[in-house]
Amino acid sequence: MEFFKIRRDIPFMRNALAFNLISFLTFAAAVFFLFHRGLHLSVEFTGGTVMEVAYSQPADVERIRQTVSGLGFADVQVQNFGTARDVMIRLPAQKGVSSAQQSERVMGALKAADPAVALRRTEFVGPQVGEELATDGLKALAMVVAGIMIYLAFRFEWKFAVAAIVANLHDVVIILGFFAFFQWEFSLAVLAAVLAVLGYSVNESVVIFDRIRENFRRYRKMNTVEIIDNAITSTISRTIITHGSTQIMVLSMLLFGGATLHYFALALTIGICFGIYSSVFVAAAIAMWLGVKREDLVKGGGGGSRKEDPNDPNAGAMV
Amino acid sequence: MNRYPVWKYAILVVALVVGVLYTLPNFFGEAPAVQVSSSKSVVKIDDTTRVKVEQALAAAGVQPEAVSLEAGSVKVRLDSTDSQLKAKDAIQKALAPDPNDTAYVVALNLLSSSPKWLTALRAAPMYLGLDLRGGVHFMLQVDMPAALTKRAESLAGDLRSQMREAGVRHGGIQRNGQAIEIRARDSQTVAAARRVLQDQFADLQATDAPDGTEYRITATLRPEAARRVQEQALKQNMVTLHNRINELGVAEPVIQQQGLDRIVVQLPGVQDTAKAKDILGRTATLEMRLVDESSEARAAEVGAGPVPFGSERYLERNGRAVIVKKQVILTGDSLTDAQPGFDQQNQQPKVDLTVDAKGGRIMRDVSRENLKKRMAILLFEKGKGEALTAPVIQGELGNRFQISGSMSVTEANDLALLLRAGSLAAPMEIIEELTIGPTLGAENIAKGFHSVAWGFAAIVAFMAVYYMLFGLFSGLALGVNLLLLVAVLSMLQATLTLPGMAAMALALGMAIDSNVLINERVREELRNGAAPQAAIHAGYDRAWATILDSNVTTLIAGVALLAFGSGPVRGFAVVHCIGILTSMFSAVFFSRGLVNLWYGRQKKLKTVSIGTVWRPAADSAITKAE
Repeated sequence: MEFFKIRRDIPFMRNALAFNLISFLTFAAAVFFLFHRGLHLSVEFTGGTVMEVAYSQPADVERIRQTVSGLGFADVQVQNFGTARDVMIRLPAQKGVSSAQQSERVMGALKAADPAVALRRTEFVGPQVGEELATDGLKALAMVVAGIMIYLAFRFEWKFAVAAIVANLHDVVIILGFFAFFQWEFSLAVLAAVLAVLGYSVNESVVIFDRIRENFRRYRKMNTVEIIDNAITSTISRTIITHGSTQIMVLSMLLFGGATLHYFALALTIGICFGIYSSVFVAAAIAMWLGVKREDLVKGGGGGSRKEDPNDPNAGAMV
Repeated sequence: MNRYPVWKYAILVVALVVGVLYTLPNFFGEAPAVQVSSSKSVVKIDDTTRVKVEQALAAAGVQPEAVSLEAGSVKVRLDSTDSQLKAKDAIQKALAPDPNDTAYVVALNLLSSSPKWLTALRAAPMYLGLDLRGGVHFMLQVDMPAALTKRAESLAGDLRSQMREAGVRHGGIQRNGQAIEIRARDSQTVAAARRVLQDQFADLQATDAPDGTEYRITATLRPEAARRVQEQALKQNMVTLHNRINELGVAEPVIQQQGLDRIVVQLPGVQDTAKAKDILGRTATLEMRLVDESSEARAAEVGAGPVPFGSERYLERNGRAVIVKKQVILTGDSLTDAQPGFDQQNQQPKVDLTVDAKGGRIMRDVSRENLKKRMAILLFEKGKGEALTAPVIQGELGNRFQISGSMSVTEANDLALLLRAGSLAAPMEIIEELTIGPTLGAENIAKGFHSVAWGFAAIVAFMAVYYMLFGLFSGLALGVNLLLLVAVLSMLQATLTLPGMAAMALALGMAIDSNVLINERVREELRNGAAPQAAIHAGYDRAWATILDSNVTTLIAGVALLAFGSGPVRGFAVVHCIGILTSMFSAVFFSRGLVNLWYGRQKKLKTVSIGTVWRPAADSAITKAE
């Protein structure tokens, strides 16, 4: 089987400007929604109490909401969780009231309304824990960015490092933008997914850069644009198939993972879709605009001890 | 060209065998078990305990599958939950008849039912996280400022008495926050006070500021001393928590330090948060009282008479009764430290106690009046007291004194620990709490398992169709990757959580990337007209550099998550990183081994089964790629 029957190199770079404009608009929209709506942070970040209760028959969410509000909690969220019988109740953190008292009071009221209710899970997070999680998350993000840039600069060249990071942060911001726009819950698991996407999407750019470097060595007559087009064209099959495979896994998580893994898988899905796009159009284009040249990569065999093509008459020659 | 030397195949076989061996225990499931551990640090679990347990079981007519002694607890494996309950009752009766005063914790537990020969190889299943087995999780924040203030308060008291002894006429010593202020009238006094500080209080650093007409020294705890206070407070709180949790009868509690001032407590299988919280938050007190040595009391001690008026009867840890007076000399609040050590003169183990200045004065008076009499140290928890020790007062005591005589080293250690851990060093509050019901745990396992299984099956099917035989090899390599990943996690005894399972699924999805890279590369070489053997060789060689690069960047992200993550994110990161490492091994080394085994021997290889190798010349249809 073969999906990709490509005769000659697809001129990706010719349309780079148009695609990057789209990309920039998406990015700007994401930033706008992030600031305008903000992220709907989970209890892990905000502090508060979450309770998950199970009923023997489909639950009457409206009645539960009235019951809980009747206890004097402000800003209570009640929603179905996974199935019609499971209900999730969120209570914001209150000063001076311990979580145990909160959940016990709510449970008592619910039991009074319907004795056939079972507590499946409670979660209480103090406000200071949430703040730390947020800072730790940002630290992790910064460390990933710095680490990857250093590695790429060392392995390829600084222009590639800049290009790859811009492309990947663009992915991350867009994922966050989606979460802000739809007000999906941003939990710790989603944060993990976002950081995984960061590593994953760089991986994508690296495959293309690797090809660019190789092409600079092999095809001495091509100019930079042709080289980049050829590199993307020859790796596009692998890019699509790899992402397809990963997406199969993520889809499996979406289908079978239940409510707990739902947003995790969703974040990965967005990351994968934009990962392809950003590595092809954003990363390569930025590298091109930064002015990558053959000398940047071929001098002294920047790739370490790779064997030259034995059929190349100019092997080892310096330009 | 495409042949592995024998040693490379040997490595592959060894890796496979090890992978299978260490993955196996995860499939045997768990059998009901009863676990006996000690609830008091003086009670040791050893072979005699095991024999006792076996006898109790024999007497009750319960046939255990296995009785083993490991890691300070006796574990009894049984065949059914009925016999598990029976066994628990029998052991409880034999070892801990009085529920209010037990030396042993008898808890229901689950043990891996993997066969003996696997256990002998140290192959054990992964530990399931709370979200997969149900239970409660608390994060406690230790109030460190309170611990430091307490220390400063006791140092201020010590300072007053030392100044008095040295004859320094200061104008008042006050604790101000965590600093101690010493006022003086003239520079001589300031100098004298400084000398006292330097000679006697290594933990304090002084800064003096002449303010107006008054001279003043502000002494603060040195950073290293403050750090020591904090570390000790945390340690002591953890030990105290341990002792208290033992009463809950939890099979495998986890009590871990997190950061500088936090403790994480996880109690698998416990559903009653209220009771757990009650026990964690309990306060214990230490009291020192004189032993009643009247003849009536002596009689009461051996049970030959009533306890005299004004005294109470308590049991020592070894079960002997001791009659003490009701009047309290000192409480645990005055006790600032207890450390085990060795006596200089006779090399006997001892415990050094330090009390604050006020306590020191009281001790001096009491000991002077009660030479050669006994003083008991009592520990009260839940309104129930027991005597930790009742030594004889051998001389006039100050704020530092020692308990020694007829103690082994471990006893001295335990006693010091108990004295320190009888109460919390600093107050704690619960800042995070999770309860997960047992049914939810089982559901989560199923969800995680299905996610991995279906995704895996779909990918393998696709690869086999798209890349034919090479795809099959890739699928096998992916299977090996999963095998090795689970094996490594089991070896590390990692805790598996739902995010960890998600990371497994993701690791497999990403691992196939390496195989796709290789297969596409081989196709490309064939398309460019290379001979099959050369194409395989070049495909693997060229893809390797790319695979290495892309995996290193992914690994960087994983390591960052490990460094900064906590809880679920950390679990995710561990699996993520290990998954990358195992995928490099299986996708490149192992799949190459398969290919070499299959094709490497054929000298005149005409074709390789890698699906359609499309050549522009042979095909006139133009299909545009998306």
